[in-house]
Amino acid sequence: MNNVLFDAPGPKARLRQRIYTVIGALVIVGFLAWLVLRMQDYGQLDYEQYWEVFVTPTYVDIIVQGLRDTLLMAVSSIIAALAVGVVFGVGKLSEHAWIRWPCWAVVEFFRAIPVLLLMLFIYFTYGIGDGFGSYWSVVIALTLYNGAVLAEVFRAGLLAVPNGQSEAGYAIGLGKTQVTMIVLLPQAVKIMLPAIISQMVVALKDTSLGYVITAPGLTDAYRLIKIEFTNQLPAAIVIGAIYIVVNLILTWIATMVQKRIVGEKKQLEVPAVGGPGSGTAV
Amino acid sequence: MDVIWDSRDVILKSFWLTVQLLVISGVASMVVGTFLVTARVSPIPVVRGVGVTYVSIFRNIPLLMVFVLVVEGAPRIGLMADVPFLLKGCIALTIYTSAFVCEALRAGVNSVSLGQAEAARSIGLTFRQSMGQVILPQATRAALPPLTSVFIALAKNTSVAAGFGLVEATARFKSVKKFVPGEADTLVLFAVIALGYIIIVEVMSFGSNRLERRWRLAR
Repeated sequence: MNNVLFDAPGPKARLRQRIYTVIGALVIVGFLAWLVLRMQDYGQLDYEQYWEVFVTPTYVDIIVQGLRDTLLMAVSSIIAALAVGVVFGVGKLSEHAWIRWPCWAVVEFFRAIPVLLLMLFIYFTYGIGDGFGSYWSVVIALTLYNGAVLAEVFRAGLLAVPNGQSEAGYAIGLGKTQVTMIVLLPQAVKIMLPAIISQMVVALKDTSLGYVITAPGLTDAYRLIKIEFTNQLPAAIVIGAIYIVVNLILTWIATMVQKRIVGEKKQLEVPAVGGPGSGTAV
Repeated sequence: MDVIWDSRDVILKSFWLTVQLLVISGVASMVVGTFLVTARVSPIPVVRGVGVTYVSIFRNIPLLMVFVLVVEGAPRIGLMADVPFLLKGCIALTIYTSAFVCEALRAGVNSVSLGQAEAARSIGLTFRQSMGQVILPQATRAALPPLTSVFIALAKNTSVAAGFGLVEATARFKSVKKFVPGEADTLVLFAVIALGYIIIVEVMSFGSNRLERRWRLAR
């Protein structure tokens, strides 16, 4: 697009661009240097007090354990959400109004309210005390929210399969359920895969909300470490970086799947309250 | 039920805080996001790199960690130590949301067909003219639906402030719940606060739908 908008740069423009490059680089380096100096001034770079914990085996174990819990929560809620999503996504496409409308209401409700509110409600009503605890509160809240989002993904996926496919199904005498199950769903899953993987990024980021109800996971590892070493800034940087790396890997997998399995087709777009894929929600 | 009815004032007040968070950080994210998208399409590689790095960091870090960095991390190097909680919340939300605003705007720019730019060039418009009169007006309109999604997500994301010293609607659920006797009443309280969020979200998507209809592009 750029090269359509302006001419190829001449000698003057190229010189100007080079100057801007240098200025830009200086500003960035300056900013980073300022941050590091600031950390130095406030003693935040003190290795033994603040940073050694991240190579101490006991605490590395805590972080690894936290990462495991986070991944486990994200994966299990996405798998459960897939089931919820199929039921409500197919339900929203039903011919019977008494199935369609309740499904619509449930999906809209869980997409419109904050996950954290849902999580707090579940935890303080059913999770606390003799209940199922903070871990499952996170998983259940994420399942309901992501299930509602995935229901839209399924609906869009089913509608994205070319009409001729279901017409052919009906022509050889299949019923509506059979057409949906045998013809449409298997093809829709292929189109939906990248959207589902992107939703994993959302779920993974949302597991961090378990911090508020002291659920296990990376944010809890952060809490444990900061309480013991009062190294809020270094700990937040390290834990934040772990989230970023894991999510970048997931995004990379989604892109690969898009290229390998889905092909050139445009990625599925879901008109979402709260936004689909690529981590729009918390 | 009585407890909930008696708490209507504090519940409404907490939604006012939610709306404040939403509006302030929404406007700020628009400004920062516009700068970011300009950086991302800039011809200078270094500037472009900054835009790309910013977006990929803050799209992939949980909002909660951004809050942690702003509220607990920054004061450790003497930044924002005396800043009020509301402003800290807005800063955290803005840092996070502007990455998504940038992506929404970029999708808008990309959706303007190449022929439009070529036509603008061929009738002799300069870069500035073709950008200002041909590309950007259409890009803004095309960016409206993804921007709406971003701002609706922001409305729900304000709830994360509950963990960091701001008693907005979600935090208010927790504090009123303490005085609510049974499970049935908790359900009512949950429904009341959920309804508040649903109203905010519906108002936003209604407004955006109206605008979208008025702005519809001829394609």
